[in-house]
Amino acid sequence: MRQLGRFYLIAILLFLYTPIAVMMAMGFNESPLYELPFTFSTRWYEALLSNQPLLKAGANSIIIALITAVIATTLGTMASVALSRRTFRGKSLLQLLLLPPIAIPWLITGTAMLIFFYWSGIGRGMHALLIGHVALAIPYVVLVVGTGFKTVRADLEEAAMSLGSTPVHAFFSVTLPLLYPSILGAALFAFAVSLDQFVISYFLATPGYTTLPVQIYSAIRKGFTPEINAISTLLLLGSMAVILIFARFAKPGDTRDKR
Amino acid sequence: MTNVKVKSVAKTYGPIPVLTDISTEFQEGSFTSLLGPSGSGKTTLLRIIAGFIKPDEGVVMIGNSDVTNVPVWGRNIGMMFQSYALFPHMTIAQNVAFGLERRGIKGEAARKEVDRALEMVRLSGFGDRLPKQLSGGQQQRVALARAIVIKPSVLLLDEPLSALDRRLRQEMQVELLRIQRESGLTTIFVTHDQEEALTLSDKVAILDRGRIVQIGDPETVYEKPLTRFAAEFLGDSNFLSGKVENGAVRLSNGTVVRSDSALPGNGADVTLAIRPEKMSLVTADTQPNKLSARITTVIYAGPVLSYILETPDGLPLKLFAQNRDGRVLREGETVSLSWSPEHTIAVAN
Ligand SMILES: Nc1ncnc2c1ncn2[C@@H]1O[C@H](COP(=O)(O)OP(=O)(O)OP(=O)(O)O)[C@@H](O)[C@H]1O
Ligand SMILES: [Mg+2]
Repeated sequence: MRQLGRFYLIAILLFLYTPIAVMMAMGFNESPLYELPFTFSTRWYEALLSNQPLLKAGANSIIIALITAVIATTLGTMASVALSRRTFRGKSLLQLLLLPPIAIPWLITGTAMLIFFYWSGIGRGMHALLIGHVALAIPYVVLVVGTGFKTVRADLEEAAMSLGSTPVHAFFSVTLPLLYPSILGAALFAFAVSLDQFVISYFLATPGYTTLPVQIYSAIRKGFTPEINAISTLLLLGSMAVILIFARFAKPGDTRDKR
Repeated sequence: MTNVKVKSVAKTYGPIPVLTDISTEFQEGSFTSLLGPSGSGKTTLLRIIAGFIKPDEGVVMIGNSDVTNVPVWGRNIGMMFQSYALFPHMTIAQNVAFGLERRGIKGEAARKEVDRALEMVRLSGFGDRLPKQLSGGQQQRVALARAIVIKPSVLLLDEPLSALDRRLRQEMQVELLRIQRESGLTTIFVTHDQEEALTLSDKVAILDRGRIVQIGDPETVYEKPLTRFAAEFLGDSNFLSGKVENGAVRLSNGTVVRSDSALPGNGADVTLAIRPEKMSLVTADTQPNKLSARITTVIYAGPVLSYILETPDGLPLKLFAQNRDGRVLREGETVSLSWSPEHTIAVAN
């Protein structure tokens, strides 16, 4: 039985990682047409170094994802605090309304945003991309942080207040440190949502300002070169590193109050 | 060490009055239990005193100051929660030091206070552990240390022992009482365990539907309940109702019962409460109050025998007898019960 379980897991991992491994390997293959036999070469990485548009789009993607993560995590966490700890009229309706955007197809959200941004004069470009990505990421943050809140008992804050903490101090000294793993997880989610985003970015990007997925898409339409594999590999390693760093630091119990 | 007063405190949630006109004083250094059934408003009253809830009406005084409008963090209270509420990300020492730090006590001075508090709850040497590395009873004692280390004006406890198993609970009761005596803290303790209330308290306050129906020392509240509710909620009682007739009470079956309580005028309806352990199964004609009844159930509990009986006119009665001679009466037997007028308490309905 245990053997079977292990085999099953390995099969899943193979299924997930084989295409990625092939993609990475092809970035190091001499042939521009992905021909075999495999001949090791770094020429595509060298070519990438001089491919300014692709590099710039990659940098844009990472910058947008980072800013999105910061803004969406801050706003989403604040919303989560309100939803978990305060009572106000219409709260359950608001809570409910936060979820559907996760299920609405991005194509529809993107079209809606494009029309709205055009109509309201926000237009397209970096700021529009940021607004779009933040809007997309917030529901995920609220969801993840909200789940985290369920594990932090409300009476901890009350205990802090009985000992002399103001509500703000109680939040920062007790709730926030306990919520820290969830908040990091949420930030990671927001980062990933933004980095992954193609449809909305495609609608909101301008010729002068694009993100990597959009740039890759237009490059592919002109013709496939292993440079794409190279940049994808770099991006992939970058995101994996981010995830691993987060996973390392988000370990609950490592969150001892520093004073 | 201060006394706490509440005056005409009222609180309503929507249309439901949760507390009605509560006025009472908790004397300096005393241990008072708030006892009442679920939903009677015990927690609400405690949280009003703590400052978590603002009363709709009335005043809360701690010492000589009116704290009605002071939020909880400005009241200098010590509170113990049912779930311990220890901060899981801080060590035991950091937990205990939390309130000290809020009061500007840090460093060496704080460490001394923390050590003393941990010693008081017999947890010296546990300072560097995390709460999850302690047993339930130990966590409870840390919570107590954290609450008392700040030298609060009043110690408030909301069923702090109800999560513990029986043995641990009894141990903690003893600890709690010892620490309360040593520290001299004015203590208010919410419970719905009557035995706990009786054994721990200087005063017991019985709450019923948002009102304090009786407050007094345990003996008075138990021996001289003022209302039928108090007589029934704290311990067991037999109730007899009848009409006053020449300074005694005539029951509907004609029996005349004497009581040492002050009775209303002739013809008035009155309810009498008699504790089951105050009745005895004697045939001798020594007591003026007597009823005959048939035993319907015998509960044999070792040292104490409980008999459930019924009078010929269908009135249910309970009697507790010491198992002194090992003789147990049988179900179906008809016996004669008697009791003294001293233990016949007239109660309000
Ligand atoms: N925030 C609230 N909103 C509405 N009703 C409330 C609220 N808090 C308490 N109540 C109601 O007030 C009444 C008293 O509640 P309280 O918690 O004081 O009872 P309690 O005596 O502590 O009961 P228990 O022994 O079950 O803890 C209950 O009927 C409860 O439903
Ligand atoms: Mg309660």
